[in-house]
Amino acid sequence: MSIALRDDIAARRFAARQRVNRIALTLALLAMVFGVFWLVWILWETLRLGLGGLALSTLTQMTPPPNEAGGLANAIFGSVVMVALATFVGAPIGVMAGVFLAEYGNIRGLAWLASLTRFVNDILLSAPSIVIGLFVYTLAVRTFHTFSAIAGALALALLVIPVVIRTTEDMLRLVPAAQREAAYALGAPKWKVILQITLRAARAGVITGILLAVARITGETAPLLFTALNNQFWSTDLGAPMANLPVTIFKFAMSPYENWQQLAWAGVFLITLAVLFLNIVARWIARERR
Amino acid sequence: MDKPTQISLPPKITVRDLNFYYGNFHALKNISLNIAEKQVTAFIGPSGCGKSTLLRVFNRMYELYPGQRAEGHVMLGDQDLLDRRQNVALVRARVGMVFQKPTPFPMTIYDNVAFGVKLYEKLNPADMDDRVEWALRKAALWDEVKDKLRASGTSLSGGQQQRLCIARGVAIKPEVLLLDEPCSALDPISTGKIEELIAELKSEITIAIVTHNMQQAARCSDFVAYMYLGDLIEFGATQQIFFKPARQETEDYITGRFG
Repeated sequence: MSIALRDDIAARRFAARQRVNRIALTLALLAMVFGVFWLVWILWETLRLGLGGLALSTLTQMTPPPNEAGGLANAIFGSVVMVALATFVGAPIGVMAGVFLAEYGNIRGLAWLASLTRFVNDILLSAPSIVIGLFVYTLAVRTFHTFSAIAGALALALLVIPVVIRTTEDMLRLVPAAQREAAYALGAPKWKVILQITLRAARAGVITGILLAVARITGETAPLLFTALNNQFWSTDLGAPMANLPVTIFKFAMSPYENWQQLAWAGVFLITLAVLFLNIVARWIARERR
Repeated sequence: MDKPTQISLPPKITVRDLNFYYGNFHALKNISLNIAEKQVTAFIGPSGCGKSTLLRVFNRMYELYPGQRAEGHVMLGDQDLLDRRQNVALVRARVGMVFQKPTPFPMTIYDNVAFGVKLYEKLNPADMDDRVEWALRKAALWDEVKDKLRASGTSLSGGQQQRLCIARGVAIKPEVLLLDEPCSALDPISTGKIEELIAELKSEITIAIVTHNMQQAARCSDFVAYMYLGDLIEFGATQQIFFKPARQETEDYITGRFG
């Protein structure tokens, strides 16, 4: 084969590769534009309608009856209380279970328990939140004959736990085995290695996981609908139904009253803002780690 | 080898009929040798020959992993390290280890060095300060970090991190220090510093080093053990191994004719 012919074939193959590359690039770009288009539209509508309904009274006044002035103070308070309660219950359980899976899961005799836990956790992780809501409804609401903030927090905690278990285990596994060995080589006991070396090394990732779990439950509606229900008034009683943003939004947005619809958009805007804030903090912490 | 090579110096570690298994894989076969006190013993051989495995028997590191087991005797003084009744933490206090990649803990330089000390001794703050400085001086790192002891250990360069790990090991005053390819991730200047350090430390500590670098073994060791496929092929004084090895395999490996 002459050199000219060989070069000719190489040039044609190169041109073909470039064509395929351009097609792939265009398809990827189109997919990106399609996704971002809807996302920007959602954010824009939230901003437009949410800012319109937002006023200082939104933060200070109670949810009003139809066609009267009011705010979302009780719903915001209820959401904060239940999310905080769920995090304080769920996050430690999740972190400890994650530690078990990552640090004790390979011990002979415990390995089967670890794989079983991992399997069940994966199911729980992808379980629809309405299933969790119904579960807590039968467990707590039916048993004590009342909707309550405690039941709401319990349902949310059950959503926090699997997320935190998964991220904690993943983050601990990222800590190099050499670092664990180095600590053991000094004669350190296992609990000290976990507390002072591996958990500390994985700290940023674990906290990020917790924050993302909090962001997830902030907007959950279904589990609260069955458990905390809602409340038109200011209530700090954990044993009674408690107002909260998602259910209030659900109720107000479906109503024919204009002031309720406006408050619903203000609530959506507040939740979006809170989730955005949590995500930014999570990203910032994740970048801090070395 | 049927009989352990005789070395006239007093032994610190005496290995007798050591066999090691990863599950069903027989990784060390009837190893017997003496590691002389306050000398540097180097272990060389191609990858997978068992030299790192042997090192990890000396501080019972292998126990962390199910399926790994050692049979035989490893005497440190008059105590058998492999005896199940031996407290593994105390074994590791007497036999320190530095790894291939630097492993600074996610804490300050000071706390890195103090971490191991706190496991065994209750020192008041002034004494702890003295101990940390002493260990960092031993590791030839003090002058570089004395003004930033509160900085994170991970902020140091690779060579400094490795010397920090040596300081951390030295701080608990071990009798033996195991070095598992301590320079393989370092540049030549940092490597030179570590080798100088080895020469100084051996006046007080018995050192066993695994290395892939023939020149390094020749430069800084007193005795060399050549291993191949789990067997100890030849063991003797560094001069003798490098200049007139008794076995053809040893000579082939050292001169680079091997595989």
